[in-house]
Amino acid sequence: MPPVRLGLITPLILLLAACQGAHQEAAKPTKPVITIPTELGGDNSVDVVSTNAFSLPSPNMPFTERLNFSVGNSFFRNAWVIAPSTTTARDGLGPLFNTSACQNCHIKDGRGHLPVDHNDNTVSMLVRVSVPGTPATAADGIVAHPTYGGQLQDFAINGYTPEVKIQFDFDHSIVTLADGTEVELRKPQLLLSDFSHGDIGSDALTSVRIAPPMIGLGYLEALTEEQLLAQADPDDADGDGISGRANRVWDTVNSQLALGRFGWKAEQPTLQQQNAGAFAGDMGLTSALNRSDDCTQPQTECRQAANGGDPEVSDDILAKVTFYTHNLAVPKRRNSDDPGVIAGGALFQTIGCSDCHTPKWQVGEVPEMPWLANQTIYPFTDMLLHDMGDALSDHRPVYAAAGDEWRTQPLWGLGLTSAVNGEFGFMHDGRARTITEAILWHGGEAESSRTNFVGLSTDQRNQLLAFLNSL
Amino acid sequence: MKVKSMFLALGLMLTSTTTLALSSQDVINSYTDLAFNVYTDSLAEAKKLQADIQKFLDSPSPETLAQARYAWRQARVPYMQTEAFRFGNPVVDNIDGQVNSWPLDEGFLDYVSSDYEGELGNSGATAFILSLDTLRLGANEIDVSELTPELLASLNELGGSEANIATGYHAIEFLLWGQDLNGTDPGAGNRPYTDYLAGEGCSHQYCQRRRDYLTAVTTLLVNDLNYLVGQWQAGDSNNYRAKFVKLAPQEALTRILFGIGSLAFGELAGERMQVALEANSPEDEQDCFSDNTVFAHYYDWQGIANVYLGEYKRVDGSFYKGDSLADLVAERNNGLAQKMQHQISQTHAALQALVNAYQDPNNPMAFDQMIAEGNVEGAALINQIIAELAATTELIEGVAKTLGITNLNPNLDAG
Repeated sequence: MPPVRLGLITPLILLLAACQGAHQEAAKPTKPVITIPTELGGDNSVDVVSTNAFSLPSPNMPFTERLNFSVGNSFFRNAWVIAPSTTTARDGLGPLFNTSACQNCHIKDGRGHLPVDHNDNTVSMLVRVSVPGTPATAADGIVAHPTYGGQLQDFAINGYTPEVKIQFDFDHSIVTLADGTEVELRKPQLLLSDFSHGDIGSDALTSVRIAPPMIGLGYLEALTEEQLLAQADPDDADGDGISGRANRVWDTVNSQLALGRFGWKAEQPTLQQQNAGAFAGDMGLTSALNRSDDCTQPQTECRQAANGGDPEVSDDILAKVTFYTHNLAVPKRRNSDDPGVIAGGALFQTIGCSDCHTPKWQVGEVPEMPWLANQTIYPFTDMLLHDMGDALSDHRPVYAAAGDEWRTQPLWGLGLTSAVNGEFGFMHDGRARTITEAILWHGGEAESSRTNFVGLSTDQRNQLLAFLNSL
Repeated sequence: MKVKSMFLALGLMLTSTTTLALSSQDVINSYTDLAFNVYTDSLAEAKKLQADIQKFLDSPSPETLAQARYAWRQARVPYMQTEAFRFGNPVVDNIDGQVNSWPLDEGFLDYVSSDYEGELGNSGATAFILSLDTLRLGANEIDVSELTPELLASLNELGGSEANIATGYHAIEFLLWGQDLNGTDPGAGNRPYTDYLAGEGCSHQYCQRRRDYLTAVTTLLVNDLNYLVGQWQAGDSNNYRAKFVKLAPQEALTRILFGIGSLAFGELAGERMQVALEANSPEDEQDCFSDNTVFAHYYDWQGIANVYLGEYKRVDGSFYKGDSLADLVAERNNGLAQKMQHQISQTHAALQALVNAYQDPNNPMAFDQMIAEGNVEGAALINQIIAELAATTELIEGVAKTLGITNLNPNLDAG
């Protein structure tokens, strides 16, 4: 072996010692390591490893509900078209939009990705935009950009001009792990050009977002506010270095603030509102919850475009799509009995990953979907916001979430990501191409876990990754 | 059958008052025979289609094109009846995407009309593979200069869009009929035979590529059906049938009932009827280029009834009859069996009404006309079928309970 390796062993030992010391000093008692079962989604887990792994309905759903699932699936998958059209239930796309169907971003109900080069399309991701300042009302999570609104639409129907052209360059850097393995990271640099209504301005705040996978979301909505808030520790009272803050966001239906659950910054309280927001922002489609799409005052032609009915997405279709998004089943684990995988599961919990990626939750009653009720689930998220460090910060606050705060992402289904769709990216902007890269981007409250990960032996790291890939 | 008849005869000899009860395994074995029969017919009809397509390509004319189209319609008759085997049997469902995917973006494959919208944002929607040597889609760059069955199979769902469909019955349908430009008005696709003239007289360019594509895509279909026939063939110790008959009887019955229930309600009533009706969208029509949809639905339903009744009318007119779920239910709960029998007649009548409307000599109405906004008569026909399929599905759940299956949720990992 090259001599360089000798130099790395000492820091590794120091690192591990430092971490262990830090853990022992923490006021919080060490949680016992729990066994992670095969069925992450309780009785609604499915046994599938193909490209359809994220596309199956909750198996406990009664047959009589499957029609709603199928209809919702169709409206999630098939493209919306320009109004007016004979396809009246599915017209009204745009005039400005990011894509024409939910599935184009949530590829096979899975993840989106960044474009590979300047010529590739940006369909499965989008760019949020705002300007600094205090939002006018409690209902506003941001101060929308006066010209470009809350989101940049880089497609337009015929006769209209897209707001912008979106491209990326990448800054590359190398991280060396304790065993000498070098990992290349890439940080996307957003390039905006060809503005339809003039330059966006130097104070514009932007945030790149890729589409997340769709599995198990009904369960995450079924967890109660009380359950989730019990785990919050906004001022880090227990001194473990991990805060866990709940976002408080506007619930349009109930006209009040509620716990934020969905979106990369937990900026939406319910799947229904998340879906309505995506219809409006991503596809230019109005619904009962979003009476207008993302056209601003200066975008006169956008506001005057033909619509596909008022609203364009009927209550019935919004309800069926929302039903669909509640009921995509979580796949069962593979290789969960493998000793290396079991060891990796223990490492996941001892090096600190599970401090935020909370493995286990108990779902209580779900009156509208009783087949989801009373299940023990393993999503690996606390649904809370955490400071993830400056390297991940988008410097764009949304409601209570600061620029460096992101909601813990669920990890169930992680190992099937590439089986579902070969092109994908991890983290909010899809910068990470592998699970290892994703872990290495963790900072802030996750810094000590990241450090622990870097310090793992080759065998331990492989065990941890085998565990993550078994999810 | 033979063995059981012998036992039955023996039983009768021993005591004339007892009849031998039908076992779950008898029904499970018959189900595999039934599947083999339906797939065998599907393969035979696909081969006839292949032969007629070859005749058409050998001498393109309105007549040979019409013959190929007729063969396609005929091929759909047994194939649609195989769909009752799809959802409960992974061996079928895994290959279904390659055999029967829809709706497909026409612009992915061939020329489309100038006002064709496709799926905006899906660059595959306007890829026009016939015109390309190299297909670039996102990060993918694929050599499409040689149109082989394997290449076409690899293009399905390219870039993650489920509308990028390159193979199966509907790709062939599009290549034979072309776009249906009539919206929700009467009329099907009307592709000219000259699209397949190699050399002089070729319309819409790329005729040789189109001929190559049609040949390759038909070969793939025949290969896939051949594979499925092999999976249901008796006497092979390694195929799906061998695994299936060794499953615990309750698990096999769960798969059988899950298969027909999923097709009846989620797929046929939901995806294929409710969606098309709610969207008023011919793009959501199953056999949208040929206007064959009413028959697609009719034979889908027939496949469900076949599985319950343990019978199948072969293409040659002869009958397969095996031990059936109907018999098994009658032994356990005759009241339920009677109800199901009645419901099957009701559902059949609703599907028959759909076919009758299409075949009405005075005022024929195709499925894409029925789903037009404001077509009250068409909507009523479709809603009646959805209601009957809902009632059928409830009874299928009742059948499951009667057979001791509390959770109609098969474990589909065993093959």
